[in-house]
Amino acid sequence: MKIETSSGYLKAAQLGLIAGIVAMLICLVGMVQEFNEKDIIAGVITLGQTVIVVVFLMAGYSASGKLTQSRLGQTLAGALAGFLTAGVLAVMVIVIDLYPDIRDIFLNASPQLVEILTLGKGLNPGLFYLIGIGALVGAFGGFLHSLPGLVRRAVTMGIVWVVLLGLLEPLLQGMLNGFPSVQEALTWMFGKGMEEGLSVTGAVLVFMIVTGSTYLWGSRGKAVNARVQNLPKNQRKTLRWVSLAMLAVLLIYLPVVVGLYFSEVINQVGLFIMMALGLNIVVGFAGLLDLGYVAFYAIGAYTIAVLTNTSGELAWNFQWTFWQALPVALFVATMAGIMLGIPVLGIRGDYLAIVTLGFGEIIRILVLSDWLKPYLGGSQGITRIPPIAISIGPWEAVLNTPQTLYYFILVGILALFFIATRLRDSRLGRSWKALREDEDVAEAMGINLVVTKLLAFATGAAFAGMAGAVLAPKLGTIYPHSFALLISINVLAVIIIGGMGSIPGVFIGSLLLVGLPELLREFAEYRLWIYGALLVVMMQTRPEGFLPEATRKRELHEENLMEAVE
Amino acid sequence: MQKHKKRRISFTDVFMWIIGGSLILIITIGSILTLREGKFSSAQWFDLTVTGISQGSIYALIALGYTLVYGILRMINFAHSEVFMGGAFIGYFVANGLNKADFFDTNPYLGIILIFIVAMSSSVGIAILLERIAYRPLRGAPRLVPLIAAIGASFFLQYTFKGLFGSQSRAYPEIDVLEGTVSIFGIFTIQKIQIIVVLAAAAMMLFLYLFVQKTKTGKAMRAVSEDKAVAALMGIDVDKIIVRTFVLGAAMAGAAGVLYCFMFRIVTFYMGFVPGIKAFTAAVLGGIGNIPGAMLGGLFLGIFESIGPTLFLTGYGIPAPYQLKDVIAFSMLVLVLIFRPTGILGERLGRAKA
Repeated sequence: MKIETSSGYLKAAQLGLIAGIVAMLICLVGMVQEFNEKDIIAGVITLGQTVIVVVFLMAGYSASGKLTQSRLGQTLAGALAGFLTAGVLAVMVIVIDLYPDIRDIFLNASPQLVEILTLGKGLNPGLFYLIGIGALVGAFGGFLHSLPGLVRRAVTMGIVWVVLLGLLEPLLQGMLNGFPSVQEALTWMFGKGMEEGLSVTGAVLVFMIVTGSTYLWGSRGKAVNARVQNLPKNQRKTLRWVSLAMLAVLLIYLPVVVGLYFSEVINQVGLFIMMALGLNIVVGFAGLLDLGYVAFYAIGAYTIAVLTNTSGELAWNFQWTFWQALPVALFVATMAGIMLGIPVLGIRGDYLAIVTLGFGEIIRILVLSDWLKPYLGGSQGITRIPPIAISIGPWEAVLNTPQTLYYFILVGILALFFIATRLRDSRLGRSWKALREDEDVAEAMGINLVVTKLLAFATGAAFAGMAGAVLAPKLGTIYPHSFALLISINVLAVIIIGGMGSIPGVFIGSLLLVGLPELLREFAEYRLWIYGALLVVMMQTRPEGFLPEATRKRELHEENLMEAVE
Repeated sequence: MQKHKKRRISFTDVFMWIIGGSLILIITIGSILTLREGKFSSAQWFDLTVTGISQGSIYALIALGYTLVYGILRMINFAHSEVFMGGAFIGYFVANGLNKADFFDTNPYLGIILIFIVAMSSSVGIAILLERIAYRPLRGAPRLVPLIAAIGASFFLQYTFKGLFGSQSRAYPEIDVLEGTVSIFGIFTIQKIQIIVVLAAAAMMLFLYLFVQKTKTGKAMRAVSEDKAVAALMGIDVDKIIVRTFVLGAAMAGAAGVLYCFMFRIVTFYMGFVPGIKAFTAAVLGGIGNIPGAMLGGLFLGIFESIGPTLFLTGYGIPAPYQLKDVIAFSMLVLVLIFRPTGILGERLGRAKA
């Protein structure tokens, strides 16, 4: 799309204003203040300021995309957009300053916000700083856009890594406490003492290293790949095995290296991977949008809890072991999946979403109700669920720490991963995909709709049941509140961001959407806000997700294909 | 193909009839048991019914938004519940401001009208933005794509409101003219607000019905919902009509938001979720895409949900049956989908599937 110069600048201005409104929203929902507690580069820039700077950068970057002009033109367009973005913020700051009462309505329109945005220098020079920074960063964004792709990617990666390392600094430090020599060697990066974030030299060095290596990999990576491809077959095989073995060693030593807190987070991610693998079958493979997925998670967890708990407070008292209860839990979850599946067999996709949503709520309300309290514990939940115990011959283990439980979850994920991959490539998997593409055609091709759909529901439910079965002994106590609708949405977001129907996507999605927010407690408050925005943006720009499955991608970009042919 | 399906009785059909049949059996036996116990006076039943009707009219108002959009875009506007919440929330700030200025003491009716105007226009604003930003670029995409975008938009809006205005629930100011009760024949008493809600909802639904049936825009809306391509050929600006549909639905939702607040006196950022999904149930109940159906479905659901727990469950001696109110509403959705997937009045669904 080529745009005339003048209208290109107009577009840039428009984008700048839109970005300004976005930035204002980010300020007013309180993100900037909340994030301001955390330094990315000690004493230089906080996370809150980073968020605003990133908006400036994106504004400049995308504004210059509207121009097919010279480097100077793009830089100028970027500057214009950044200037306007900052301008909108400046207007907001002035309004807040003039009418402090606005705080009664907008909770976060506080003097503190004004102080952050004006860099604590008061309105007079502060606002000019703000606008100046906006224009500069916007110009940089535009300039970045005009650079050749390779350099652009390298610089972007550099920035991303600096922010990421700055964010994770306290956690990395905590991890390194066990290895004083490594910690010593990295003082240049994190600085000495207690201050958060990277040191200035650290930030510069990290930026240079990442940018340099990305650039090198970008320019040479193809050659290396080609060399690997050209290796004789048996050597390639060894290479693959060696890398797999390295991965295995890494996975086995992971909890030992990373410590308690990280292991806990990894376990959390692991549970979500299990659930997402299941929902990926239902939504990704078979195209049946299930919003009540958390119900099966709850069913799995509650079955285990009821069968194994030793609290003696409930009307029934089984006190089975985990291993006796596990098959029952999986069976109950699977049956629940089929029970839910049958009434909705004849229903179109979007109805399904609501019915499953209703189903999830029914399960939660039933569990919460006073009526079933003697059996399911009501709002107080079920307590004293024993941890998983393994005994093979003389060897015994109780999985009561995150580190030990990690191995159990790892094995579970591997098993489910194996099942999911095999199912995907099976006849059933192909039927699911056919169902997703077009039900009527699939039926005409001789696919039994009823059986295929029910199998999708049942498998998905079993996977979630498995995750729930691990959750119950992991927590030791379960409450109905742990099974809110938000979990369904969370899992859905995971598979959509990762790529619907893509199994590697599930892993990436879980790490990004569950792992990161768990690690960065600051995000917890804004988790769903960001998810919601991500889902909307994702559907418009990359509906196939980050790691798309090949057929899905083709399907979603059908029109482009047609256009290309024409 | 449809006919063929009907003739063959498969295992799943039998299973579905068993589920449905046993649910109905449970309901009937429960009702008989409750009525034989005779614990509740007729005044209590009357009370429940009135509550149900007023609640139901609010559901109906929200359901209209779902139905209108579904009729035209064949898409569940999942974020509609947030349109409702947004209207209610911003209406609250107006109400609060007016209350602080003692405006309700001097001009109560003007104040109420002002609340309605602001709430409805904020709902409309949210809906227009929603359509423009989240839905319009996705027209023609595979059906899951706009639905997921709608879910995303719903959460985004919900948490935007949480971030902007805080997560605590706020008490709605009391407005004196809406207080008090009315007595009928000296036996039954009705709260004034319930009458107002029902009347206001009825008036708005009548307006909407006439609008869709009689005006040119309404005609165009019906045409677009029949067939977008042909409507476009007939010189109808489809995009414009879609926006107007969103506007209409949002205005109803905004009004419903204000009425809801008048009744329940509480505003939170998550207040949209439950009424939203109930209203959707109501829309399906009445036959989605069908305007009178949505009204009927709303009333039906409201009454069912209000009387249901007491009538069906107390007979079994279940403690605190009102906790299971939502279970009854959702089971009803399942029942309708089993026995009459097209809803009470609707026939669009069957056609849309083929």
